[in-house]
Amino acid sequence: MAKITLVEGVNMALGRALADDPDVVLIGEDIGINGGVFRATAGLQEKFGDLRVQDTPLAEGLIAGMAVGMAAQGLKVVAEIQFMGFLYPALDQIANHMARMRNRTRGRLTCPVVVRMPHGGGIHAPEHHSESLEVLFCHHAGLRVVCPSTPARAYGLLLAAIREPDPVIFLEPTRLYRLAKQDVADDGKALPLDKAFILREGDDVTVVTWGALTHETLQAADQLAQEGINAEVIDLASLSPIDHDTILDSVSHTGRLVIVHEAARNAGLGAEIAATVAGKALYDLLAPIERVTGYDTVMPYFALERAYIPTVARIIEGVRRTLQG
Amino acid sequence: MKTVAEFAIAYEQLLGPDGKPLGALPGFATDAAEMVKMYRMMVLCRMFDAKAINLQRTGKLGTYAPCTGHEATHVGVGAAMRTEDVLFPVYREYGTQLWRGVTLTEILTYWAGDETGTNFSGPVEDFPWCVPIGSQVPHAAGAAMAFKIRGQARCAVAYVGDGGTSQGAFYEAVNLAGAQRLPVVFVIVNNGWAISVPSSAQTGAQTFAQKGIAGGVPGVQVDGNDVIGVRSVMEAALERARGGGGATVVEALTYRLSDHTTADDATRYRSAGELEAAWKIEPLPRTRAYLESLGAWNDTLEAAMHAEHTRIINLAVRQYQERAVAGVEAMFNHLYANPPAALAEQRDCALRNGPGKAH
Repeated sequence: MAKITLVEGVNMALGRALADDPDVVLIGEDIGINGGVFRATAGLQEKFGDLRVQDTPLAEGLIAGMAVGMAAQGLKVVAEIQFMGFLYPALDQIANHMARMRNRTRGRLTCPVVVRMPHGGGIHAPEHHSESLEVLFCHHAGLRVVCPSTPARAYGLLLAAIREPDPVIFLEPTRLYRLAKQDVADDGKALPLDKAFILREGDDVTVVTWGALTHETLQAADQLAQEGINAEVIDLASLSPIDHDTILDSVSHTGRLVIVHEAARNAGLGAEIAATVAGKALYDLLAPIERVTGYDTVMPYFALERAYIPTVARIIEGVRRTLQG
Repeated sequence: MKTVAEFAIAYEQLLGPDGKPLGALPGFATDAAEMVKMYRMMVLCRMFDAKAINLQRTGKLGTYAPCTGHEATHVGVGAAMRTEDVLFPVYREYGTQLWRGVTLTEILTYWAGDETGTNFSGPVEDFPWCVPIGSQVPHAAGAAMAFKIRGQARCAVAYVGDGGTSQGAFYEAVNLAGAQRLPVVFVIVNNGWAISVPSSAQTGAQTFAQKGIAGGVPGVQVDGNDVIGVRSVMEAALERARGGGGATVVEALTYRLSDHTTADDATRYRSAGELEAAWKIEPLPRTRAYLESLGAWNDTLEAAMHAEHTRIINLAVRQYQERAVAGVEAMFNHLYANPPAALAEQRDCALRNGPGKAH
């Protein structure tokens, strides 16, 4: 067992998948000798060769499009988009082809592709490097969307994503890439793709979040606990499909719900969760549902990014609003 | 300054509009049985087109994209490919697909708005029709990359129209194929029109074939109404690709004798004179004339073929009209290998409400 960071968990899962399955192929920009701009593929080309760990021309639409053609041939493609702001040219291929191939051919052709990309801000990166665009994918049937929040979950969920017979969008929280280390065994064990994780149990309020904000949310829960307020913290992990059952179970005993996400509020995933809880468990609720989110502004340049990303204080404020009255 | 790069685009034409050979013909062209097979397929496409348009006009088919005028290109490409090659069509290359085993019934089913048609016969790895223009070209490059990774002597063939070459996806795929010497042939069907926009408005380049050059992929032009020329150029390109020689861009010069689709009216944007001139160099009469010069064809055989094709087409239409139409659950059944539990509720709702009715 090794103490590793989240990005090392990604690297370990990729190495394990390449070693276990000769059909696994990695494609992306600078993922070869450079090992990826975040080092997620460090050392893998050296070990598995430049066909299985392949630098592509600098074109995100091509990366997604060639992945469709490769996957339909039975390869299991893990494609890296270097930064989330650069994914838009790839969206055509992901939405119009990758997500639909199984359905439109009635299962004759499939696209077992994992599209990995960094997610979220907070690392002082240039513009277009810090987006949180998960809803672009959650809206498309045929895709799964996953966002890990620890080294162990990055390892286990990425292995699950690679083994899944359908396309999976794998969002890696940049802020957590090197934030903390954790013991993770390279045991090849996958985690379930469609389950939320309860990070902390509590009876007073349910806080649902994912990705990097699990970190701030757990800190907020610690501070609230000192006042005797016990928050149940749920890491959604699977953003599509959403594990509504885990959320509804939690709300049934807390009666309060706060949703925390870094993406903009308008038409964000929080709205989907809130609508589902309101539709299925309105009478369990003791207070209006709160959302603590990024603002409906453009993700600012990094000088103001900390003002945009929900903070521990804003999460606590959101929880307190559900406890009033 | 000195010249550091130069290129040339060759033009191939082996059968003139009058059906007379222009120089030495490849081996298959002197095989009367093979040439008859190709001609019969070209005529089947033409006759099927007329039937499909009639079905649409009488409310028995959705919008349909005709292929009239393209038969030599489509059949020439199909005949040059091997079964183990993989086709990435646009949406009107029926001649290639029929040659490879897709059925008339499946083509009609697709244009009837039923996904069942996309789960077609023929080589199981062939891609379905692709409506977002140009987006199929990277798929072919990806399949070619898979062949390269696995060391398979196979080739991907991507169709794209003259308009489709304006898409970034086309350039990106050609560029990858050049950089990685991929076994793929890009067939640009230059039929003069992208709906209402003439090919002259798509590019300032002298030819579409040269669009490969900047990506390191050689290009060649061929008379797309000459089935012998098309097959010959394609066989050379496919052989080169399978042997590790890399990709080729083939520009087939033809003409869309029909409307873009049954929802289009080409008289709005192109002249009767242009259309009339195009009919004078269309693919069928020259192929027939060549077969007659071989002593392999005559009026009796032509009449018998028409009767046989009519029977085949009518049978396909009957099978199409009598097919089991997919139930509403089909929307849900093929989205995922492991469907999310939450979909079950919506599936139940759809089943409860049934198929619905058109207004």
